Amino acid sequence: MELLYKIFIAPFQDMAAAPDFLMQVLWEGLVSGVLYALIALGFVLIFRSSRIFNFAQGIMVVFAALTLVGFHAMGIPAYVSVALTLVVMFGLAVGIERVVLRPLVGQPDIILFMATIGITLFLIGSGELIFGGENKRMITEELGIPTGAFEFNPFDGLLLLEQKDVTAVIGAVALVIGLLLFLNKTRMGRAIRALGDDSQAALSVGISQRTVWVMVWFIAGVIALVTGIVWGARAGVSFALEVIAYKALPVLMLGGLESITGAIVGGLMIGMMEKLFEIYWGQPLLGGGTESWFAFVLALLVLLFRPQGLFGEKIIERV
Amino acid sequence: MLYRTSGQFKTTYKADQALFPVRQDAILLGFILILAWAVFPLMASEFTFQALLIPVLVYALAAMGLNILTGYAGQLSLGTAAFMGVGAYACYKLITIFPGMNIVVAILLSGVFSAGVGVLFGLPSLRIKGFYLAIATLAAQFFLVWTFEEWAWLYNYNASGAIQVPNVEMFGTMVAGPLATSTTQYYLVLAIVTVMTIVCINLTRGTQGRTWKATRDMDIAAELIGINLLKSKLTAFAVSSYIVGVAGALFVFMWRGAAEPNLFSISLSFRILFIAIIGGLGSILGNYLGAILIVALPVVLNTLPHTLGIEISSATVEHLNIMIVGALIVFFLIIEPHGLARLWALIREKLIIWPFPH
Repeated sequence: MELLYKIFIAPFQDMAAAPDFLMQVLWEGLVSGVLYALIALGFVLIFRSSRIFNFAQGIMVVFAALTLVGFHAMGIPAYVSVALTLVVMFGLAVGIERVVLRPLVGQPDIILFMATIGITLFLIGSGELIFGGENKRMITEELGIPTGAFEFNPFDGLLLLEQKDVTAVIGAVALVIGLLLFLNKTRMGRAIRALGDDSQAALSVGISQRTVWVMVWFIAGVIALVTGIVWGARAGVSFALEVIAYKALPVLMLGGLESITGAIVGGLMIGMMEKLFEIYWGQPLLGGGTESWFAFVLALLVLLFRPQGLFGEKIIERV
Repeated sequence: MLYRTSGQFKTTYKADQALFPVRQDAILLGFILILAWAVFPLMASEFTFQALLIPVLVYALAAMGLNILTGYAGQLSLGTAAFMGVGAYACYKLITIFPGMNIVVAILLSGVFSAGVGVLFGLPSLRIKGFYLAIATLAAQFFLVWTFEEWAWLYNYNASGAIQVPNVEMFGTMVAGPLATSTTQYYLVLAIVTVMTIVCINLTRGTQGRTWKATRDMDIAAELIGINLLKSKLTAFAVSSYIVGVAGALFVFMWRGAAEPNLFSISLSFRILFIAIIGGLGSILGNYLGAILIVALPVVLNTLPHTLGIEISSATVEHLNIMIVGALIVFFLIIEPHGLARLWALIREKLIIWPFPH
């Protein structure tokens, strides 16, 4: 009885007692959810167009952020550094397509998956070699991101929204809208979607797989850079950021590997629910630290009922 | 020339299906076994035991466990390290609760716990497939490591939160803990790994192995020809986790001597997966080849600059290491996606007909 009370009643009483704190928790969850969604978006984009499960997406975030900070440290103005980083990410996309993906076209999925883990290790090694392993400060002010905080007083309480978080959310929304416009309204975007729907048919009408793959990896790089700036502003830039890459995986499971909507909805859901669970159930009952596995277990439970995720394509198997 | 098979006739189907249809293979294996059982222990230094021989055997065993699941039964798993952890913690609890227990019995029993946990996390595999399953096994990875951290009973309420291997005696000699010598530990690992390998080879050659392969190649078709998928997938999870659990117990008790939860992190899972994939999925030999590559590479990279007379800081070497391992994985996948075992099979075919091209 005591336990049931603690599980089913006490957390909700806590929530009702301090609604401003609940809102704060939800906001924090929302912001991390946006980041998970952004990383998952990079995964989905690459998976849709090439059936490659790109494990390196998380490390590309770190790599992009490190490159940006590295350029700035060399005395280059912030916005020029951003442009240079984009050039580097484009070079990375071309390099990956040319050196890794092209020789492996047509191999089983697991082989390509392993190859992206190889890329991950390579990027970790080279990133630490070039930029060093220590934690760096993201150049938040230099990029013109405000750093103050908005203060609200709902329910006679206190709600703090940091301006850089607000910027992050707005930036992410803009990025997603831009991406959807690109995918639906431009020639290149249609080519990307066509290749994802049916690669044979797409090739036969003259769509270049190589160009599309480079493009997709470059877009994933751009998303990585945005994610890197946003997350770096919160937590500094180092390879510890790698762990958020793992957080994007349950988001993918929950939302479905092919669905952009799924990545966004799944990301926000997981971000908020894991924060709620950690604060109201994890810390009082389980000793905390539940954020490391909660998302996975939640996704696993959802998958038991919908094996293709909430928004994934229905899996049809034929013999 | 040395590998010529002419003159070796087979008159029965049984002889054709034998473990070594070619006599040279048996001789080669005998030679390797003599090396492993007699020559290496006589020649090896303490460093060789700790940095090369024991790790290769332990990693090869863990990769073999994973290979049964991924290579033979086709269920991709990213939670290997966590199951190794279950084996290690189970062995630690067994040894500390029953101090009189024979260590070999404890190690073999600890696999049973890991098999149980493996079956539990294998249950979703009946509904979830492919990459979705791979991510689902990550749930096991993160949840179990969290359990190792939070459940103080597992590490006997140590202040450090880590498990320390106590001194364990077997038939009058120290076999585990700080007082044990590397040679005894090596022989113990070698014996267990040898037995496990024989069991695995025969398991994968027999009915069970064929059931797994049918499940891997197309599970719906397998179901239609009368294979019970539930049984096939869960036995794969059970056998695989058992072997991985034993490897985990050996990993801590015969090699590392102590373990904290972070030791069983996802990077260990990936290392085992690399070994299985670079060695070759669906092959037993490949696990050894992959383990030799992955274990020996850092050792070579660490000693190489020193012998060449180039001074590089150890941090740089560490980073270069990660980079080169990453590049090598990609390289091996490109030259032979089916792994080193396939490479060896190709070389062997060439040797049999050598010096003729066809």
